Amino acid sequence: MRVKIRLNGQTRELDGSVTVSGLLASGGYRPERVAVEINLAIIPKTAYDSTELSEGDVVEIVSFMGGG
Amino acid sequence: MDQKKDTFTLGGHEFTSRFILGSGKYSLDLIKACVENAGAEIVTMALRRANEGGLANILDYIPDNVTMLPNTSGARNADEAIRIAHLSREISGSDFIKIEIMRDTKYLLPDNYETIKAVDALAKEGFVVMPYMYPDLNCARDMRDAGAACIMPLGAPIGTNKGLATKEFIKILIREIDLPIIVDAGIGRPSQACEAMEMGAAAVMANTAVATAGNIQMMAEAFKKAIEAGRLAYLAGPGRVREDRAEASSPLTGFLRDDEKEA
Repeated sequence: MRVKIRLNGQTRELDGSVTVSGLLASGGYRPERVAVEINLAIIPKTAYDSTELSEGDVVEIVSFMGGG
Repeated sequence: MDQKKDTFTLGGHEFTSRFILGSGKYSLDLIKACVENAGAEIVTMALRRANEGGLANILDYIPDNVTMLPNTSGARNADEAIRIAHLSREISGSDFIKIEIMRDTKYLLPDNYETIKAVDALAKEGFVVMPYMYPDLNCARDMRDAGAACIMPLGAPIGTNKGLATKEFIKILIREIDLPIIVDAGIGRPSQACEAMEMGAAAVMANTAVATAGNIQMMAEAFKKAIEAGRLAYLAGPGRVREDRAEASSPLTGFLRDDEKEA
């Protein structure tokens, strides 16, 4: 079952059900350096393992960069 | 005699350094040395979509004792700023947020009205709100009333190194608003940062002036010294300016000569 989501503005197809933890791991994101938002709701870090992505989810993974 | 430490307070946190450092435009390996040379206790950063690949992250390079000040750059209105503030707090764990709301991308001038709205919403949620703004006394009063922890008027457009183009209007804010006034944006040289401190600013922020200098660590140290000098001069109370004539530094009698007295 392929799950289609939007991730950081790009369409992405996932293989089967993926948790937030799984999504971060597959992209090489470091959980302690990012924040994750699904459909405009911030996912707490304690829920990364238990939150599964659904068809049509709009996901943002953000982190800090240099800035003034 | 006990020397009372000259500190300033933001949201209940006390700071000794009056130099806030922006972290943009640096290569990551230089940031730590720069922060140390600057003696900065507060460093700003921006929030963006993360890159894949587990690459080095800016937080890896900022010393632990430094207060992170995320900004809401990229926000075009209050709602976007509020969203960025929430995401930033999720990563930083800190309540500090610098509001940056820009509609115009050519001059990056802040939208004071949207900023007032963002200050109001975020202050109610317990953030220590530091609004970047175009120096307008009326807007500054609204930000103060909305719960801002300080006011951050621009000296000149971001990244221009033009200096204190808005000097006279910053002076008005310093005189009329009972909050730390932190000059941010446009400062290009340590002398300009010194002048801002002499005027009575609580602190100064610089990014491009340091990041684009020939020797970045040296310039960070130059800014540190200039800001300390300007603050000391302000506390010392500069001497008066004499407009109408000169005033000799030494007595006008006892000159080593015997000729007639001059008229």
